[in-house]
Amino acid sequence: MAVVKLNRPNLGPGEKIYLLALAKGFFITMTHAVKSLLGKSMGAKELKSSGMGVTMQYPEQTWDDQLPAYYRGAPALVTDEQGRERCVSCQLCEFICPPKAIRIVPGEIPADDPWAKVEKRPAEFDIDMIRCIYCGMCEEVCPEQAIFLRKDYVITGLSRAEMVHDKKKLYEIGGVRTGLVNKWNEVK
Amino acid sequence: MSEPSTLTETPRLPKDIAAENGMVNVQINGIWHQFPKGTRMIEACKKVGVAVPHFCYHPKLSAPGNCRMCLVQMGMPPRPAPGQEPQRDEQGYEPITWMPRPVIACANTVGENMGIRTTAEVVEKCREGVMEFLLINHPLDCPICDQAGECRLQENALAHGRGVSRFLDLKVKKPKNVDIGPRIRLDNERCILCSRCIRFMAEVAGDPVLGFTQRGTHTTLTVHPGRLLDSNYSLNTVDICPVGALTSTDFRFQMRVWFLRETPSIDVNCGTGSNITVWTRGNKVHRITPRQNDSVNSCWMPDSHRLNFHYLDSDARLTEPLVLAPGSRHAAPASWDDSLAAAAGALKQADPATTAIIASARMTNEELFLTNRLAAALGKPALTLVPRTGEPDGLLIAADRNPNTTGAKLVLGSNDPYAALDSVREAVRSGKIKTLVVLGEDLVTDAGFTADDLAKPEFILLTHILANPTAKAAHVVLPAAGFTEKRGSMINLSGRLQRLNRATECPGLARDDWEILRDLLKALGTDVSDLSTIENLSAALAPTLEGQTLATIPADGIPILETGYRISLLAKEK
Repeated sequence: MAVVKLNRPNLGPGEKIYLLALAKGFFITMTHAVKSLLGKSMGAKELKSSGMGVTMQYPEQTWDDQLPAYYRGAPALVTDEQGRERCVSCQLCEFICPPKAIRIVPGEIPADDPWAKVEKRPAEFDIDMIRCIYCGMCEEVCPEQAIFLRKDYVITGLSRAEMVHDKKKLYEIGGVRTGLVNKWNEVK
Repeated sequence: MSEPSTLTETPRLPKDIAAENGMVNVQINGIWHQFPKGTRMIEACKKVGVAVPHFCYHPKLSAPGNCRMCLVQMGMPPRPAPGQEPQRDEQGYEPITWMPRPVIACANTVGENMGIRTTAEVVEKCREGVMEFLLINHPLDCPICDQAGECRLQENALAHGRGVSRFLDLKVKKPKNVDIGPRIRLDNERCILCSRCIRFMAEVAGDPVLGFTQRGTHTTLTVHPGRLLDSNYSLNTVDICPVGALTSTDFRFQMRVWFLRETPSIDVNCGTGSNITVWTRGNKVHRITPRQNDSVNSCWMPDSHRLNFHYLDSDARLTEPLVLAPGSRHAAPASWDDSLAAAAGALKQADPATTAIIASARMTNEELFLTNRLAAALGKPALTLVPRTGEPDGLLIAADRNPNTTGAKLVLGSNDPYAALDSVREAVRSGKIKTLVVLGEDLVTDAGFTADDLAKPEFILLTHILANPTAKAAHVVLPAAGFTEKRGSMINLSGRLQRLNRATECPGLARDDWEILRDLLKALGTDVSDLSTIENLSAALAPTLEGQTLATIPADGIPILETGYRISLLAKEK
């Protein structure tokens, strides 16, 4: 191996006494500290800082209104404008789900239900949020447009059981979605 | 012409060579094949691996040709003018002139020098047209339809559909979710009017209750007024329905078919031994459907047999060994080692003269073989099976409701394995029998014993899958495997050796019956070193079964005995 010999630079007397450089650095730091206290640090506005530098004080402050429309958060079930459960438990999402996070128990809609003609809906619908990888395939595969990835990303729990979203919780997150599928309206 | 051909003679024509064996030459997509005279065109295509899409055709039913999906192009040689010799190519075939219009492949038979094209442009156009018409009034509710995943309409729409409908008008509305029978739900909007169900009920089940009413797009499938589709063969209409118009109430909305795993096996509800497919997801059996075997059950099976599997995951399943300790009133759960030791301890002290084994003709040949060994180990006590009979239905249900009577006769080497039951029952009743070994039978329900009879023996050992009155009286209860949980062979009434395959695992601590018997033999001090696996056991049994083992029995069984028994349905089919 070839040996490359490096020569150290020859420092002048001013450079050998580094106190000057220390003072210079301290000055720069303090300038930034003052700017930060005054809320004038670079990018503070764009990053919605708390006023203390660019740091956002999470969870008191959140980014929620900055999230793009295509943000992929927790998957959830939605109802249509008439309050009908969109999901008919076709189990395609259960089939496509790469980490097998979805578990559905199909059920029949009783004859006295106003939506009896739809015939089928989930009796149980569980999504294990420990398993979910937020890939959005369930949303993509759904023929009834019943499952959507919402913007919720704060999925916490103290036990594994708490991390499983059941049907009630999924509709709570999902809410109402209007338009889209009109397959089961009066015309049908 | 009858004289043998010599080298100097002109080579014989293909039509003459074929005719010697009753065959005809047919060109399918450019390749010449030979088929027996009278073969349907669709069957000929299927035989050589050319798929012809179809809805209404079923090989076991008549061919009305009403779906028009199987249209193919057909050609025949031109008829020569009087006195003119037909032209032939160098192989001896005549040129084919193609008919301008297609014909249906299901209702036409092949002929000499016929040509069939399944890929011609006109054929493709016809299929697309038929699909478009079928989909005009189809509700397209695949997300809720149980047939999705095994639907011929879905498959053919994918292969031959346009993808987008040009139909602007409203779809015709028809009755949905109609209750036409105790086990079947009808959705008329999904029906594509293929009439398979109508033909099945009329031609095979012999109960023609179905028919069409109305005309045109309003044609509706209905049951005869005042009647129900309640034949014991009604669920076969669900199997043959190419769409989701007829669905099984039992399987309705239970599970999508693409999750289910198929295991070929055999039915154990009667001596016919219908071939079945067990559909499971995880450890749960979701449905059972018939599997085609033209020597046993054709394509069908009775409803009563196919629905008789729910007990497998019922609450009554025994899931751990139970031992009744001396002085206590209820049997308590015990480990396998302890319970086998308890059973062996009692059996070792038993006197063969006051002991009896009551086994079951629902056991496989392998289990019966071990039962025989158990009898030998206990000093040849009385050994009997429990007969189970009922009315034969003239189709598939045999009078003998035990699936393996023939196997029991062969393996136990007895002409009437049920003969000793009455004397054993009497001996138990009179208190002569002190030790009773019951394998896979409930004596109270099926063998005419009473609870008082069962209180008399000093020791009862039971292996069974369900909690029952005999288990209540037993001193040691060993949980066994259901028919979807074990491997083994059985011989049906016509002498056909068939194989049961394992589709699910035993619940809880339950074990396969042959393992229980082997471990019991071991606990009794018998040498069972040659029986470490079911394959070893099968090999030990092979000399009795004409050398057949579990590994060599074909999927549709193999005849090893001539019993003279004929399955009624097959006799009617011919």
